Formats: sequence, C-alpha cells, structure tokens
Amino acid sequence: MVNAIAIMGGRVVTTDGVAEGSVLVRDGRIAAIGDFHPPADILRIEAHGALIAPGLVDVGVFAIDPPAFAAGGITRAMLMPDRAQPIDTVALVQHAAAAGKPKIWVHPLAAATRGLAGTELAEIGLMREGGACGVATGRQWIADSGVMHRLLSYAGALGLRTVVHAEDSGLAADAVMTDGETATRLGLAAAPAETEALAVARDLLLVEATGAPLHFRQVTTARALDLIRDAKKKRLPVSCGITPAHLFLADSAVTGFRTFARLSPPLRDENDHQACLVAIADGTIDVICSGHDPQGPEAKRLPFADAEPGMAGAETLLTLGMTLVRDGLISFERLFDLLATAPARLFGLPGGALVVGAEADLIVVDPNSPWRIESDKMIAAAGNTPFDGLPVQGRVMRTIKGGVSIL
Amino acid sequence: MSTSPPRPNDGREVHPFPHRHLTGIFGLQPHEIAFLLDEAEQWVALNRGTAKHDDRLAGLTLINAFFENSTRTLLSFEIAGKRLGADVVNMAVAQSSVKKGETLIDTAITLNAMRADMIVIRHDASGAVQLIADKVDCPVLNAGDGRHEHPTQALLDALTIRRRKGRIDGLIVAICGDVLHSRVARSNILALTALGAEVRVVGPPTLLPGAIERMGVTRFTDFDAGLDGADVVMMLRLQRERMTGGFVPSPREYHALYGLTYDRLAKAAPDALVMHPGPMNRGVEIASNVADDLDRSAITEQVEMGVAVRMACLDILTRSRRGIAGW
Repeated sequence: MVNAIAIMGGRVVTTDGVAEGSVLVRDGRIAAIGDFHPPADILRIEAHGALIAPGLVDVGVFAIDPPAFAAGGITRAMLMPDRAQPIDTVALVQHAAAAGKPKIWVHPLAAATRGLAGTELAEIGLMREGGACGVATGRQWIADSGVMHRLLSYAGALGLRTVVHAEDSGLAADAVMTDGETATRLGLAAAPAETEALAVARDLLLVEATGAPLHFRQVTTARALDLIRDAKKKRLPVSCGITPAHLFLADSAVTGFRTFARLSPPLRDENDHQACLVAIADGTIDVICSGHDPQGPEAKRLPFADAEPGMAGAETLLTLGMTLVRDGLISFERLFDLLATAPARLFGLPGGALVVGAEADLIVVDPNSPWRIESDKMIAAAGNTPFDGLPVQGRVMRTIKGGVSIL
Repeated sequence: MSTSPPRPNDGREVHPFPHRHLTGIFGLQPHEIAFLLDEAEQWVALNRGTAKHDDRLAGLTLINAFFENSTRTLLSFEIAGKRLGADVVNMAVAQSSVKKGETLIDTAITLNAMRADMIVIRHDASGAVQLIADKVDCPVLNAGDGRHEHPTQALLDALTIRRRKGRIDGLIVAICGDVLHSRVARSNILALTALGAEVRVVGPPTLLPGAIERMGVTRFTDFDAGLDGADVVMMLRLQRERMTGGFVPSPREYHALYGLTYDRLAKAAPDALVMHPGPMNRGVEIASNVADDLDRSAITEQVEMGVAVRMACLDILTRSRRGIAGW
C-alpha cells in the first residue's frame, strides 16, 4: 500500500467555495482535489457527502492539548506565551514548538516583553529565528504606551504581527465582569465595557504611527469593533478575533455565579453580543479562535472572583462556528476562512486552505450530526465549558495532519 | 401591623417552606418574605419576656462558620440558636489558615460529615455561600457574602420598618452611602421593592453600581434630592479603607456631602425613620446625635429585631428536618 489516502464523495471547502468532490493525499501533501479516479491499493475513505475542509488554525491557545485539538479539527495551534515560565527565550520557543509534534503543530507566540512584565522588550528577533510566528502581550495589556510603541516598531520591522489583549488595565482593575445588571445583582466587581475600546483606540493610534501589524486576540464590544471597522477602512494593518463564547453568550450567563462563564475579557451585555454577530457577518472580525484554556476544578470550584478565567474551547470551536452558517449569517466558505485560512495568512503559517501541493492538514466534518456538549465528557485537559448541556450539530469525523489521520 | 399577603397554606393544604437554604432575598416571593416577618414577631415577644427560651431546636447542631470577621452578626446568630435550644458551635475561620480556595469546599464537606443541622456562613467573596450550600445536606443561611447578599439583615430591616411604620407598601426608602460595596443594600433593595416600597439609592457616583436602576430603584447623587420626602433613611457604613484616594476624596468631604445630620434629615419626611446596619462610622456617614436620637433612630431596634428574625429563619428552615409539615 502506498502512502496515500483518498477521501471520496464529499463536499470540498476551498477558498473558491464548496463543491462536491474528493481529495487525494499523497506523501503528506494534497495531490488532487475534485473529480478523480483514486489509484488502486490506497486507503479509501468514503465521506458520504460530509464536508472536507482545511484543518483549523487556532490563534492564541493557552494549553497544548493534542487530544482536544484533534477532536475539534485543529491541526495548528498558536500558543500564547503565558506559561508557568513565560515563553520569552528562544529555547522556550523551540521547546514549545516541539511539544505537539507529530500530531499537532504548535506555533508559539513569543512573549513581547521579558517575563510578560510589560516593561522591557524580550529577545523578539532571536525568538523569531527559533520559530515564533508572532509576538504577544499575553493575558495582560501593556499599560506603558512608550513600551507599546517601541514593541510595535521593533516587531513590525521584523515582520512579526503583535497579538494584544485589549483591556485598559487601569479601568479594568480588579473587575471580574462587565458592568451591568448581572454584575450589580451578584455584587461582583465590574468594569465598564469601554475598557476594551480604550485599549483598542490607543493601540490603533500606535499602529497608525508605526505601520506595524497588530492583532486584537479577542474583541467583544460594539465600540471597539466600530474603531476597528474604521481602521480597516483606512487600510491600517489590523486584524481581530473572537471566541464562540463571546459570539453566543452575554453576561447573564454568569447568573448563579457560574465560574465556567468567567472569561477574560468578561462576557458582555446583549447589545455588544449582537454587535459581535454583525461584525462577523460584515467582515470586521477576521478570526474565530477557541481561546482554549482548560482549567481544572481546583481553579473553577471557587467563589467567582477567586476562580481562574478561561474555558475549554478546542472541541467546540467548529460546531459552535457552524451555528453561524445555519443561522444564515455566513457561508461555510467564510466560516473556514475565519477558522483556518485567515489565521494562517495573518501569521504566515502553512496550511489553512485546501490547495494542491500544500501540506495535507484537513478534516472531514458531518455538518448534520447532532450531539450535546457535556463538560464531564470532554476530551480536553479539563471540561470547563459555559456551553455545558447545549445541543449542537456538526461533528468532526476525521482529522488528518500532514497526511496522517490523528482522529 | 399590616396584614401579610395570602400564603399558599392559608387554606387547608399544608405546604413545606419551598426553600432549602436562605442564600439571599433573590428568589423569595413577597408572601414568603412577609411570612418570615410574621414568624419573627412571636420571637420578638419571647425575647422581651423573662424566660427567653424555647426548646424546639433541642438536639440540633448549628454551626456558625464565619470566614470574615464579624461581632454583631455572629453574636446574633449565636443567641438565636441558643434561645431555640440548639447546640451552637462557632468557627472563627477568619483567624485560621482556611480562608479560600478548594479548602472552602473541603470545609463544607467537613461540616457536612460532622452532621451539622444548619450552617450559617459569612464570607468575603460574593457567591461563596452558594458554593457551600450546593455541597451540604442541611440548610445554609447566608450571613453575608462579599457584596452580594445579606438576607437576614434585610429581613430585620423590613421588620423594623414594618413595626415602626405599620406598613412597608408605599413607603419611600432612601438607601444612602456606599451602595457599591454593600450586600446590605442589595438584599434590602430586593426585599423592600418586593414588599411594595419605593426605593432610592443615594450616594456619590463612584459608590453606586453602574446598573443599579435595573434593580427597580431610582438613583440619586445629590443627597438632599434623594432624601426629599423619604419615610425611611437607611445609612450604610462607608469602608474607611476605600476612602482616601479611592472612591471618595476624604472622610471630611464625604461627611460634608453625604453625612446624615439633623439639617439633612430635615429634607426627609417629618417623621422619617433613621436606620443603620452598623457598625457605624460616627461623624462620617452619620452624626452621633442623629444616631443616638431614640425618637428618630431605629438602630438599636434593628439589632433587637436581628435576633428575632434569625430565630424565625432557623426555625422555619429546620422544620422539615424536624418532621414538621407546612410553614
């Protein structure tokens, strides 16, 4: 048997659209797409009309979790530098990059500043040589505008995109929620939603000053999305992402002190939630990411303010994204642009699209398969999902990385 | 005293009190709140007599687990439990190393294993009491969790108002001061609006939660305007550590703008009742002469009602445990 797989009789998602067809994988690369006669004596997979799509490229995960990534159809994950020891040296970059192989490609984002302290630039150039695909400020916002200005100039000159967390730390302070009815009723420390727009506004001014590319990892408010929309009209090199949690939930999900809904940035009110859906539909948002940050019970079974923010998002990223297609907001083609093609393009990674000759990172997805998200059945390192109990539709049947089936 | 709204068991049917725990006023129906107040009345009478004892909780163990320092609330629950004949154990957790984290649930599991019959909890984190209530088999009473709720305080305040004013429905109640950090304010807003009062919150904008109006109250940042015609002026304790360089510029300025003095009180209704959950910062949120004026101030009466309300809550929440059907 030759080292080849033919996935027959599916609906192939390419940047040109979705068309009935098959995909031939040979020697780890995509050898043919469309209508072809598969060679004899190779592994033949019948897709039975399922989607054959590119493997997902997930921007900004906090954990290397290969089983969860494979189950979610993620073949490349950009790792945030927030580790016990922040990824701020070339050795740590290389170590992180090797962590998922051969099943999953981990692409580390280098810490923008030493120890992620927000004061001194880290060895960004050396870390780029070591394989970092971008730089990130981590979970924190860099409060010092002088440092941020230097960071953008320096990283931009090296061709690296800077990934930032957009929350003005002075205004956010010790807040664990967005100011609103739920926070008021529960008596939780809250900050106004403008914390995000303030951070975005400053960073956009610095992008304008430096011309350096910037990616807001998660943008969740109407005001901030408006600022980015305007910046894009001015052709500034900015991009932004969002997680399904911020697309589908509002701050009322925290009612009852549900720590699984404790996220950073916090869930917003219904108006902002709706604005996010509009921004997905009109193209303001470039990327949907999982924000995968599994937190065990010891970090979540605490009073709300003491619990760690974060959710296990890898396994549910695609199925929740497919809700947008079913709701008629976007097409499958656009969904996979948000989940795979755009992230790969923005960070200069291989993969992200089904192209003949490209590395064979692909998934087979049954868009109609119904299932229920259940925290205690998740494959992730921990099952902390705010979507526990939600019935969903669409399941990854097979994940292939570099021509090898990993699910 | 006004009559209470009708209750489900006013007919022949006997229903159990439909709440296992008292974690907050949130979720209580107006007739349930009124029932708790009615029940407290009998304990007021008992407490004013010479033989302040009733053995209905004999053999039951009440644990007061206070993860945050408190003197008066702990004492109030302790007296309430003892007057009903329970074995009362006080856990001063604030002084030990067990303060937060997974140990909170561990503590709940431990208390449960010791077969407590009711647990009273105070904690400095909003939601901590609910977390414990979900893990134990016996009724849990919230004695204050973070900024969230302090239900027995709201009940004792409502009882005090009802006894002094004869009603709650239709009264204008101004809750004044540090509403942002106040669990007392949140529980009182829920209880008093449920019972038909018009509630105002009054304070500097930095100490009023952003969406407080969504709780059905009117917001005032001008103290005089907020007091105008109020039947009840409920002052809140300002946490001194939050004053300088934080939420308000100084104690002096705070007193000048938001301190309750006789001059200020003149803006309220002529017979307006003055209340304070204590402990008071005299000369900051309230002038001493106003606080000590027995004609206007109900502050000591609030303390008295506290014991009665807590006795009522302990009695009602343990009824099914004692095999007593109905309210």
